Amino acid sequence: MELKPGFLSKNPSVLVFLLVLALFTLGVTLMSEAYGSGAISTSFVKTLGKTLCLCLIAIAMDLIWGYTGILSLGHFAFFGLGGYMIGMWLMYARTRDIVLGSLTGLPPTPQEINDAVATQIFGVVGTSELPAIWSFAGSLPAQLALVVLVPGLLALIFGWLAFRSRVTGVYLSILTQAMTLALSLYLFQNESGLRGNNGLSGLQNIPGLTADQDHLSVWFLWGSAAALALGYLLAAFVTSGKFGSVMRGIRDDEARVRFLGYSVETYKLFIFTLTAVIAAIAGALYYPQAGIINPGEMAPIASIYLAVWVAIGGRGRLYGAVVGAAFVSLVSTWFTGGRAPDLNLGFYTVKWVDWWQVLLGLSFVLVTLFAPKGLAGLVDMVQGLRPPKRGGAPLGPDDGSLQEREANE
Amino acid sequence: MKFTKSLLLGKGLATLFATGALAEEDTIKIGVLHSLSGTMAISETTLKDTVLMLVDEQNKKGGVMGKKLEAVVVDPASDWPLFAEKARELLTVNDVDVIFGCWTSVSRKSVLPVIEELNGLLFYPVQYEGEESSKNVFYTGAAPNQQAIPAVDYFLEELGVEKFALLGTDYVYPRTTNNILESYLQQKGIAAEDIFVNYTPFGHSDWSKIVADVVALGADGKKVGVISTINGDANIGFYKELAAAGVSADDIPVVAFSVGEEELSGLDTTNLVGHLAAWNYFQSAESPANEEFVAAWKATMGEERVTNDPMEATYIGFNMWVNAVEQAGTTEVDAVSAAMIGQEFPNLTGSMATMLPNHHLTKPVLIGEIRDDGQFDIISQTDPVPGDAWTDFLPESAVLKSDWKELGCGMYNTETQTCVQMKSNY
Amino acid sequence: MAVCLALPAFAQDSVAPTVDNSPEAAQVLPETGLAAILGKHAEAIAKPSRRTIGPVIEEIGAAGEGAPEFLEAWADKRVGQRASDGRFFLIEKVADGYRLTDPATGADAGTAAKSDISELRPNSGVRGVIASALVASQLNDPDPARRQTALDSLARDGAAEHLEPLRASIEAESDPALRERKERLEGLLTLRFDADPAARIAAIERFSGDLGLDVRAALNPIVTTTRRAFAGSPEGNVAAVLRPGRQITAEEAYTLLVAQDLAPARLTRADLRAALQANLQDGQVGGYALEELDTPAARDAAYTALEQAGIVPAAATDDEVTALVAEHSFADIYTEPNADVTSAARRALDAIETKVGVMQAADLGLDALSLASIYFLAAIGLAITFGVMGVINMAHGEFITMGAYTGYVVQLLIPDYTVSILVALPLAFAITFAAGVTMERLVIRFLYKRPLETLLATFGISIALQQIFKNIFGTQARPLTSPAWLDGAWVLNDVVSISYIRIAIFVLALIFLGVFLFIMKRTRLGLEVRAVTQNPSMAASMGINPDRINMLTFGLGSGIAGVAGVAIGLFAKVTSELGSDYIVQSFMTVVVGGVGNIWGTLAGAGLIGTLQKGIEWLNPSNTLAAQTYMILFIIAFIQFRPRGIIALKGRAAGD
Repeated sequence: MELKPGFLSKNPSVLVFLLVLALFTLGVTLMSEAYGSGAISTSFVKTLGKTLCLCLIAIAMDLIWGYTGILSLGHFAFFGLGGYMIGMWLMYARTRDIVLGSLTGLPPTPQEINDAVATQIFGVVGTSELPAIWSFAGSLPAQLALVVLVPGLLALIFGWLAFRSRVTGVYLSILTQAMTLALSLYLFQNESGLRGNNGLSGLQNIPGLTADQDHLSVWFLWGSAAALALGYLLAAFVTSGKFGSVMRGIRDDEARVRFLGYSVETYKLFIFTLTAVIAAIAGALYYPQAGIINPGEMAPIASIYLAVWVAIGGRGRLYGAVVGAAFVSLVSTWFTGGRAPDLNLGFYTVKWVDWWQVLLGLSFVLVTLFAPKGLAGLVDMVQGLRPPKRGGAPLGPDDGSLQEREANE
Repeated sequence: MKFTKSLLLGKGLATLFATGALAEEDTIKIGVLHSLSGTMAISETTLKDTVLMLVDEQNKKGGVMGKKLEAVVVDPASDWPLFAEKARELLTVNDVDVIFGCWTSVSRKSVLPVIEELNGLLFYPVQYEGEESSKNVFYTGAAPNQQAIPAVDYFLEELGVEKFALLGTDYVYPRTTNNILESYLQQKGIAAEDIFVNYTPFGHSDWSKIVADVVALGADGKKVGVISTINGDANIGFYKELAAAGVSADDIPVVAFSVGEEELSGLDTTNLVGHLAAWNYFQSAESPANEEFVAAWKATMGEERVTNDPMEATYIGFNMWVNAVEQAGTTEVDAVSAAMIGQEFPNLTGSMATMLPNHHLTKPVLIGEIRDDGQFDIISQTDPVPGDAWTDFLPESAVLKSDWKELGCGMYNTETQTCVQMKSNY
Repeated sequence: MAVCLALPAFAQDSVAPTVDNSPEAAQVLPETGLAAILGKHAEAIAKPSRRTIGPVIEEIGAAGEGAPEFLEAWADKRVGQRASDGRFFLIEKVADGYRLTDPATGADAGTAAKSDISELRPNSGVRGVIASALVASQLNDPDPARRQTALDSLARDGAAEHLEPLRASIEAESDPALRERKERLEGLLTLRFDADPAARIAAIERFSGDLGLDVRAALNPIVTTTRRAFAGSPEGNVAAVLRPGRQITAEEAYTLLVAQDLAPARLTRADLRAALQANLQDGQVGGYALEELDTPAARDAAYTALEQAGIVPAAATDDEVTALVAEHSFADIYTEPNADVTSAARRALDAIETKVGVMQAADLGLDALSLASIYFLAAIGLAITFGVMGVINMAHGEFITMGAYTGYVVQLLIPDYTVSILVALPLAFAITFAAGVTMERLVIRFLYKRPLETLLATFGISIALQQIFKNIFGTQARPLTSPAWLDGAWVLNDVVSISYIRIAIFVLALIFLGVFLFIMKRTRLGLEVRAVTQNPSMAASMGINPDRINMLTFGLGSGIAGVAGVAIGLFAKVTSELGSDYIVQSFMTVVVGGVGNIWGTLAGAGLIGTLQKGIEWLNPSNTLAAQTYMILFIIAFIQFRPRGIIALKGRAAGD
């Protein structure tokens, strides 16, 4: 990426972010079981690595929602597709190794290898044919390319159709939600050739690598951190400068931007596809750490959670998205882990496993109502930035017009 | 700055995670890996409560090897990747000696690689589709030959069914089971066109068309029977529609593999009397051990609660594990696994359950007719059937067998006489 | 069962009852009659199997006094076996055990403790055999209910021997309904079992065009065919001659030949591999090196080499296969030998099947209508909150759930199902109305300018509510039972039927449509709602309080969701996830129909319902696919009509 001179100086937060991310990665590495003191268990390293991937998709969400104003409720579909694409290779290659190890006697024909792999992978869902979509599964480069191509193309086609018909606002949200629902229902079917509800599993074992999970988890953490850093840089680059201004313009008043002569649809389509690709890459890094991918991952609710992370972290700020995703998913892990101490109210004991969801839900409401800028609003407070107090009667006909108190300030 | 704060927070959390459970040293820890939230909570919370009850009772008896048992409950929230994560956490952070957990096959498949990698021990208490045998898992639920095949035999022999509707929820257990059944039925001389298969999504509620399709199957004069692998609460809508359509058990009997006392407690069974379920246990089984178990359960959970088959499987698994630990004198996984094979423990229906070298149990197959009080009349009970990890009714797996005692292999090809793989291919 | 098997010695010995050393038993057991037969077959009766119990039941049936009563009681699970002596009694549950009645004499035989008696539970197959044995005697029973039972049994497993007793009983039948049923059954039995082909053909013609499932069930077995290969021309009652390459592929024809042992099986890949494997010598097979054999061509060549060496049997070549297929003829043969009967049956069936097709379409239409009304009911509340007010309420599903749980709680308190439903409907409305108003006051009114954020806030409320339901009601499904008058189905004929509960939901949907229209078009409130929706500040200046109107509108939408919840709970399940199953579909219903217009919602629900059933009909084995393709269709549809089926025009249509 060619950085214009002054890019970093204009965006001081990028440097800070990269520094913190590097320190974090270094810290985790030094405390990991594989390379350091072992203070952080491998399972927690994996959790952290996965969290970094979630931060990456949160950046994508922030780009599309926080900066461009399109509330997509379907980005987890791309995340999941990315995971499926890499998962196909992981499963196929691992199974092929097993098959080659177990076949004896005559040297196997390619057909026999294929059949044996198919029986192993699909026997569990009752078929033994390798579906056509697995044609490239044997080749890592091909599947890596598909990680980007398949979600990218889907986003391109879907986005082109949707933006061309000027579907906007809430309608677009529902439409993207329908898309992810359709995709997850499709994948739930066995006929889709991706093992239906079972999904692809055992993805944490990387074929050809003999390293144990202690080391692998740290490597994936590095990979995820690197991807997050690049993603952050890219997002910062896109949102700065004129392109970024147009994006924000579309968010604030689409019609005006259109009248200024910008092709709003093209901008939207570009951002939609770009964020889909970022989401897919995040997914491709996430699922080998999670170990299993299944259509349930793409249920509409996942994408809504994504929006909530970004909202809690603070929209329109890249670090806000990262902080929100990391904060909510880690706190969530802690509460559902069963290790949060019970809260004894005297008449009732609050068990957090039962009540965590309630707390989470209510905190969305509170954040939306009282802290629209999310956690990133705290940074503003530290920096002394303060939005004007709006209130009183509006002084003009539009929603955006000055309001009484604002005018008095 | 916010960033350093978040970093510190992360580190702080990390320490919390790492040192979260510093309990007293003199306990044996048991992990409970059942979803307490999400879609599967419906079924799995019951099993969590069962394990807790069993742990309690065991502690009253003095624990195991003089140590108290301590249950570590986590909530994988019906989220399959979370099962793997929580399993790893249980094994590495909490250092549990054994895990009781999982319900759906996909959650088991998610946990398998972790358990095998870290050499843990999992007791899986639910009937499942077979085609698996892991060194680190003991399957205390039914394999297909302990539930599906005998039920179909019952249909063929006792009810004279000639045409089958295999209705299932679209996931791996019904898929594989129906696959095995299709193959089995064809071997029994049922033509392929006399087998109607339908898959519906989880929680499906609009059954009118499917019930009409099933009724229409009777048009060629053959007796129709329904084999239902419909899961969970989708059954409620299905049975309600069945009752509304006036389908009586004498005309079109339905045998369900996933409907037990728990599911029936969600609906009025007066119109379902006579329909069937096949399990290895019913609450109505008449044995002193069962009466005691049911009484204990009701005392712990409330009078209106019922017991079911996976609970019995948990009960057997738990007690076998306790005995195996006592026998091995250690909780070390390899020693306990070795001691597990050949363990015998009386099941709740009056016969003896034996742990086989393929990590499956011998179980009697019971067929029950639904009564109007939501319980089952046991109308057929076989002698204990040994569980078969690899079904004999699919050509690919007929040649496979599992024997962890003699062969030390869970997937042994008897034709080529080689061990196909030591670890599972999830 | 162990209890009753504890006395096998008795069962075997009882053939010669004198051997019995129990003085009490010897005294009671007579030499012949029911008691003796029961004693003789004690084991079979205690643990009967459909395949083997027939002769025993026949013997019991012929035993005379007490036999029919015993058989009836047995089928009703009212017979028990006493553990102490293995004897059978008719039993009746009393407080601390059973009251016993001797089956042979009908005399009171005292009582027995619960542990002393094992109840006999014959399975439904055995019960069918028993019922069948009772048919002849029950057909002329004075009790119409018994005659009805006999006819039910006849309809299920009628057999040739029932034909005569049935015919004989028709004359004396006094009940017109039963008489009609007897005549119908007589016709069905005649066409299946009568010895005279003319009588059968007459019976078949009598049923021409009849839609009954029983008629098709009787006719279809007559026209069943088997596919066979013949060395010469086809023999038997030929249904159709199949020419290879036309009605049957050559491959299928050859498989048929193999199945009838008229031709050798072809060599499969696995056999080929096994054969090569077996002839592996010094790393070579038939002169080919082992390493080379990793392509099918190389393997074929190696096998040919082995063939030529005479080591393996020759596999059938393509030419031989073609020749063998050409030598034989193939045909579908009726199992029924009489050609006149089969052709009459075929004609009758053809006539019936056209009608059945039409009726199936009608049935599908009813199903679609029913599904549409359910979607409509679930979406109508949203049509108000989303369509009229523009508020995205993700917690709408939870309001539906709340209504369903209200129904459940009311049923706990009021055991009478009819009353409880009548109470539950308004109560559900009131509760969800209150919940809706509370939510509007506390959260939504601050967010009217930020529609996308209401989505997030209400989603938060949605997951919180869902978890609260779980904490209160547990994760198990709760029963919500419809009153008895909603049980069953409205049956037009054996093809077209729809359950009453679905009709009730349809009616409820219509009522709500009416109520909604009335409120919006005919009341002051409706006028104010429309005014506030179109221009809040203008409405406010006309003296309307927009806050109050928004609150009431939102409450109304939520209240309707609650009532929908009761209805949906009645036909499906009541769990904490009930509502969330409908939320996405509901939104799509509103969006497809066109926001802001109730007729649009109706059209949307109709379109989605019809579409889903249509796709299900095309692909009956996979309901999931139907849902997938329906959503894809909706996505495509919105591309072409982004504002839905019925789009608002003019200024009201603003974003």
